[in-house]
Amino acid sequence: MLLSLFNAVELGIIYAIMALGVYLSFRVLDFPDLTVDGSFVTGAGVAAISIMAGVPPVLASLFAAAAGFIAGCLTGILHTKGKINALLSGILMMIALYSINLRIMGKPTLSLLNESTIFKQLREVWDKTGIDTFFNGILANLGADRMPSTWSIIFIMLIVTLVIKLLTDYYLKTEVGLALRATGDNQKMIRSLSANTDTLIIAGIGVSNALVAFSGGLIAQHGDFADVNMGIGMIIIGLASVIIGEALFGKKTIARATLAVVGGAIVYRIVVTLALRVDFLDTGDMKLITAILVITALVTPKMMQARREKKRRLEKRAALEAVKTEGA
Amino acid sequence: MLKLQNVSMTFNEATPDEKKALRDVNLELNQGDFVTVIGSNGAGKSTMMNVISGALFPDVGDVIVDGKQVVHLPEYKRSRLIGRVFQDPMAGTSPSMTIEENLAMAYARNKKRQFKLGVTKKRRDMFREYLESIHLGLETRLNAKVGLLSGGERQALSLLMVTFTEPNILLLDEHTAALDPSRAELITNLTEEVVGKFGLTTLMVTHNMQQALDLGNRLIMMDNGQIIFEVAGAEKQALTIEDLLHKFKEKQGTHFGNDRAVLG
Repeated sequence: MLLSLFNAVELGIIYAIMALGVYLSFRVLDFPDLTVDGSFVTGAGVAAISIMAGVPPVLASLFAAAAGFIAGCLTGILHTKGKINALLSGILMMIALYSINLRIMGKPTLSLLNESTIFKQLREVWDKTGIDTFFNGILANLGADRMPSTWSIIFIMLIVTLVIKLLTDYYLKTEVGLALRATGDNQKMIRSLSANTDTLIIAGIGVSNALVAFSGGLIAQHGDFADVNMGIGMIIIGLASVIIGEALFGKKTIARATLAVVGGAIVYRIVVTLALRVDFLDTGDMKLITAILVITALVTPKMMQARREKKRRLEKRAALEAVKTEGA
Repeated sequence: MLKLQNVSMTFNEATPDEKKALRDVNLELNQGDFVTVIGSNGAGKSTMMNVISGALFPDVGDVIVDGKQVVHLPEYKRSRLIGRVFQDPMAGTSPSMTIEENLAMAYARNKKRQFKLGVTKKRRDMFREYLESIHLGLETRLNAKVGLLSGGERQALSLLMVTFTEPNILLLDEHTAALDPSRAELITNLTEEVVGKFGLTTLMVTHNMQQALDLGNRLIMMDNGQIIFEVAGAEKQALTIEDLLHKFKEKQGTHFGNDRAVLG
């Protein structure tokens, strides 16, 4: 139980980078970008094939991000220059990427078991520090019997993800970032304030998919494989993270919203892990669980607000009644 | 400052819905001119505004701002020179962003946008000062989302956002039409104030004849895609609503007369 939760948090932190990408397109640009399903695999494939070709894993991960950036830009170009509906340009790119990913990878599945990955390299350095013994000691004192094999991933990825989160926060507050947000909010207005909305959309979707692909590249190195089908439903997982995060942690400011997205990604992984422990559910049900999660996260806050409003009205009426009867 | 030369524009050409929105329009605004534009619906006022701002490209003709031919420039490039306030109070601001962020975006209108913070301490002080000048108490709400403001407040903010960077040309497109009378008056007064303060060259479309007479030093009347009447200076000051209505009937009458003459 503890171990699977530990693993869930670890994965959640890596997937949070993908969720930040989805936040950029879906929330900031108001662009429902389905490229994600394809660009996640592009990231995984590019990272895997680069590593197999002898590229250092860190560089390979950056290649993954670059490939995602290009894919996202293409979607943006389809939408702005080709005047294709946002949803459709994403779907078209996603379909095209399926074939492109197969071409990149050469075969449907690539194994990295015998290759050096970013996490394996990290662990070599990490194991010399003895931090694991320290934390496992704490866990043992708390009465845990099975220990996580390494704390390196969770620590380093937490730092990487938070750095990306902070960079995103900063970017969205720069002059360019403000224009990007306005593009998702009121295009007519920002165009009349001399911003080139086409370029902003193209670059914005590009950066969004760069994050998605970077996350894909890391997931491939974490699981030691890349599979051409690993991206199916990724957009919904991203959305689930964004929506669950916003429902749980709020979205008042940019910094809060991006933190919520990271939190949402972790919570999502934990919920799925817990759900899969229920006897009659198996891994095939994961997509259904995700769908139900998203629906719950979308509907509950509204229902709760409606109930609060109703309660408030009833209280006001009751107070009025009380005054009346007192007067009589 | 602004010059329209032989500008014509036809919508749906060669179909039964053909509409000649602008017919050989010529107009010249000098530095500091404040021109009010009146005319019935479909007269071509909005088309003219859109042609100047770059939202529409004319079939033929030139648009020259500050000696520069801009007719081929897209809207986002032209808006470095031209500021515009729309009729819809919701159109000129970004509702999910704060007042100071909106001002920061407007501040970047005539500059190259960079990867540095849009709102800095120095700019915030400057924004606060500008907001004080519109007397709505917005200077104390710099971090409020613009979506929470009323229509009048949003329109006042839009006006400020467009004018404080002193555009070469200011376009006001019926910017008080969607507001209640008292708010409309507030915005009208504010318009007079800021245009005077910055000495902006302004073109204002309005359906309110009184407003068209009260504001500005020149007035033009449009009908059927043409400028049919122009008046300036002391002559404009002496003009009344009755005069305008009379002029309008007279001009429209001759126009119909011409058509009949052609058809006959």
